[in-house]
Amino acid sequence: MVLFIIKRIISSIPILLGVTLLIFILLHIVPGDPVTLMMNDHVDPDTIARVRAQMHLDEPIYIQYFNFIWDALHGDFGVSYKMNRPVATLLWDAFPNTLVLATAAMIFSWVVGVPAGILSVVKKYSVIDYFFMGSALLGVSMPVFWSGLLLQYIFAFTLGWLPVSGFDNILCLIMPAVVLGWGAAGTIARLTRSSLLEVMGNDYIRTARAKGLSAIAVLFNHALKNSFLPVVTVMAIQVASMLSGSVITETIFSIPGIGRIAVNAIQTRDLPLLQGSILFTTILVILGNLAADMMYFFLDPRIKNK
Amino acid sequence: MESQLQAIEQPQYVEESFLTELFQSLQQNKSALAGCIVLLLFISAAVLAPYIAPYDPYHVDMSQQFQKPSAQYLLGTDMFGRDILSRIIYGSRISLVIGLVPTIISMVIGTMLGLIAGYYGKKTDYIIMRTADVVMAFPSLLLAMVVMYTLGASLLNIFIAISLVNWAGTARVVRSQTLVLKEKEFVEAAKIMGVKNWVILVRHLLPNCIPSLLVLFTLGIPEAIMAEATLSFLGVGAQPPMASWGLMASSGKEFLFMAPWIAIVPGVAILLVALAFNFLGDGLRDALDPYLKQ
Amino acid sequence: MAEDSAVIDGHKISGTAIAEKDTMLAVTGLKTYFFTKKGVIPAVDDVSFTVKKGRIVGIVGESGCGKSMTALSLMGLVPAPAGKIVAGSIVLDGKNLVNLTEKEMCQVRGNEMSMIFQEPMTSLNPVYTVGKQVMEAAILHQQLGKAEAKEKALEMFKLVGIPEPQKRLDTYPHQLSGGLRQRVMIAMALCCRPKLLIADEPTTALDVTVQAQILQLMKKLQAELDSAIVLITHDMGVVAEVCDDVTIMYAGKIVEQANVFELFDNCLHPYTAGLLKALPTLRKNGERLYNIPGMLPNLLQLPKGCRFFPRCESASAICAEQEPDLVDVGQGHLVRCLKYRG
Repeated sequence: MVLFIIKRIISSIPILLGVTLLIFILLHIVPGDPVTLMMNDHVDPDTIARVRAQMHLDEPIYIQYFNFIWDALHGDFGVSYKMNRPVATLLWDAFPNTLVLATAAMIFSWVVGVPAGILSVVKKYSVIDYFFMGSALLGVSMPVFWSGLLLQYIFAFTLGWLPVSGFDNILCLIMPAVVLGWGAAGTIARLTRSSLLEVMGNDYIRTARAKGLSAIAVLFNHALKNSFLPVVTVMAIQVASMLSGSVITETIFSIPGIGRIAVNAIQTRDLPLLQGSILFTTILVILGNLAADMMYFFLDPRIKNK
Repeated sequence: MESQLQAIEQPQYVEESFLTELFQSLQQNKSALAGCIVLLLFISAAVLAPYIAPYDPYHVDMSQQFQKPSAQYLLGTDMFGRDILSRIIYGSRISLVIGLVPTIISMVIGTMLGLIAGYYGKKTDYIIMRTADVVMAFPSLLLAMVVMYTLGASLLNIFIAISLVNWAGTARVVRSQTLVLKEKEFVEAAKIMGVKNWVILVRHLLPNCIPSLLVLFTLGIPEAIMAEATLSFLGVGAQPPMASWGLMASSGKEFLFMAPWIAIVPGVAILLVALAFNFLGDGLRDALDPYLKQ
Repeated sequence: MAEDSAVIDGHKISGTAIAEKDTMLAVTGLKTYFFTKKGVIPAVDDVSFTVKKGRIVGIVGESGCGKSMTALSLMGLVPAPAGKIVAGSIVLDGKNLVNLTEKEMCQVRGNEMSMIFQEPMTSLNPVYTVGKQVMEAAILHQQLGKAEAKEKALEMFKLVGIPEPQKRLDTYPHQLSGGLRQRVMIAMALCCRPKLLIADEPTTALDVTVQAQILQLMKKLQAELDSAIVLITHDMGVVAEVCDDVTIMYAGKIVEQANVFELFDNCLHPYTAGLLKALPTLRKNGERLYNIPGMLPNLLQLPKGCRFFPRCESASAICAEQEPDLVDVGQGHLVRCLKYRG
């Protein structure tokens, strides 16, 4: 199994490099001098020249890229000029907040999505089935920013049950987690339902019934484990979409996470900060994919015993 | 010792053409039908905007600021006194184009790359698929944001950004279908007869991918619409005073508590359109199921 | 407890035949219909047969003739809501299964009556070990503890001839060959010593040598355990090898029923004759293999007369008009053909 992990990590490296290269190139073909864009207009040419030298901006682009990677491996992601602090520190401070939000959202999506999918199958074509599948579809069709604003209006403003924004206590986490997780819950519910239905049509289900197991016992003991496999694969994609969604959620609810930093970086054209946050996000996505792969590995003995 | 008896089949039913079967299945699926109707309304609104919008969407009248929805302004007015209903109607044009154009572009790119990767295999396949992995590994929104940062915020650039981000999924699906299809006998037969490769790709392999492409297309459009809305919401998309639904929601954010309709209503529009496409896409997927499972 | 008599197509069969001590299964007038949007499909149309202890009864016919559906009807596993048993009785050792609730049926399945299926590849759950799947039946019906159940599973593995049984308990289905998987299925089915075993084309998906082994196993079980077995197949060769009594089905109805020797020596129905003719034999070297011409009828649009009429080589005009009844021509040999009217 350790071999499996190592193999996966090794195959992730080209992807990591690919992404960083892509981002690097994109960011560096921006017209205009990055330093002048970052700083005020009233800075004298000497300072500009000095900063440019410091940021290695006069060297050929591949050297710049190499420096970027080299520094990154040493934990140095550059210095944000707008905030005047090392990017790595800013990201490291913000990371736990995003982690908490994303974890809460994922827990929500699983706790709501899986039972919804199962219940929909048990009560196929009933009101419950239509209700759950309808809500699932709603979750997938709603723009995250809209559901965020809507919930804020209803629960914070009108009803006053939850705080509008901020990140001080558990109550602050509820709305953002629901907003971020609803779409994923919808996908999981739909996928659980279709996967379960497909599995129920398999021959081994018939064998289990022939053994004398009741329909419910067959569902829980035989069908469920087999139907989980595709749902878990989806989890890997969800890590990426959670991080995407966190950008908006953090903006609306004023949560000091990585997403909000990335948005700020774009709006203030803070190059090192943007680069660093993207690199960081990519690493998170790859780790998430790795975790999902490992879960898959545990669930399917056919892979284990290869 | 196989007996001859096993070869005898059930009686055959008449096979109808692909399209007739498709329409029949769709007709029976009520939610897909509802989705179709909503979409037709949406498209008509976009096309007939100048004729049905009650007011000029750009007309500023500060005396009419923050009007609640009423008989005069069916959906209320925004912070500049502009009629929201008219802005929604005109905004449907932007959303329609945003939905269609980048999706078509990304599907064309994705299909081409998927066909090539699946058919030629080995190195080409490896390079294309790794690139697709890179693009997919990345939160699409962030990637789109970076592209917008590079190119600058404008509607045209949004097209490019969304197209660049969404091709990978299509490429993956087309590639896996191509891998299965190219092993089939009719491809071998064509090769032996000396048919040129690109002809095989276009004439023989491509048509078999159409059912999947159809579903991907229908489900990709709402994704593109929501992507634009979100990008505009964050300020890196369409710029004021354009009547993009996302932009409208974003500008309404500050006034959420005093005039909630400014931000909420555009979101409802997006929701309805996205729901309609999703219903239609689901219906298509169910109808095309036997063709998708090859 | 015993039925007074059964009426099969207007002919009375004495009740003693059914109430005999060693009759394990008595199916009488079974009708399983499917109610679809396009109409009603009589998949199993008035089927009757008995299985005695220690006997193997074969049910033979082409794909779609209703034999598998008969088996599923016995188990109470007809795909609902479209399918339903609309008439008839299924008496297993004195108990009429048709009247039981689902809960009661669950206690019968796997316990007093078991079934094995055609595809050993897909009939076992891929994520559990084979040992666990066999143990499941024992734990469910005999309330054994885990350790005892494991002992039982081991005992069953030995009984069905699985080599290295102790090791095999912890393997997964995908690690075993087709023949071994089928043995596992049989072990699973026999775990609780059922009174009746139903085998739905158990050897069709296996290759020839393995097929022979499995059939040998079935004969051994018949001898050692005195099991009553219903064997469903399309292969007359298999019938010749293991069955004691045979029932031939066509388009949902029984067309001939007899003791196996009687059937092969003296088959009466043209369809049976066709089946036998289609068997490849060494004598017919070089000749084309015989094929019964035509196709199964569409059960939604059944013709008026005999269902086999369109394909029958010895049909006459009246066969298209009148549907024949099942007739006893002596010693329990039943035929449904106008040539042998009572």
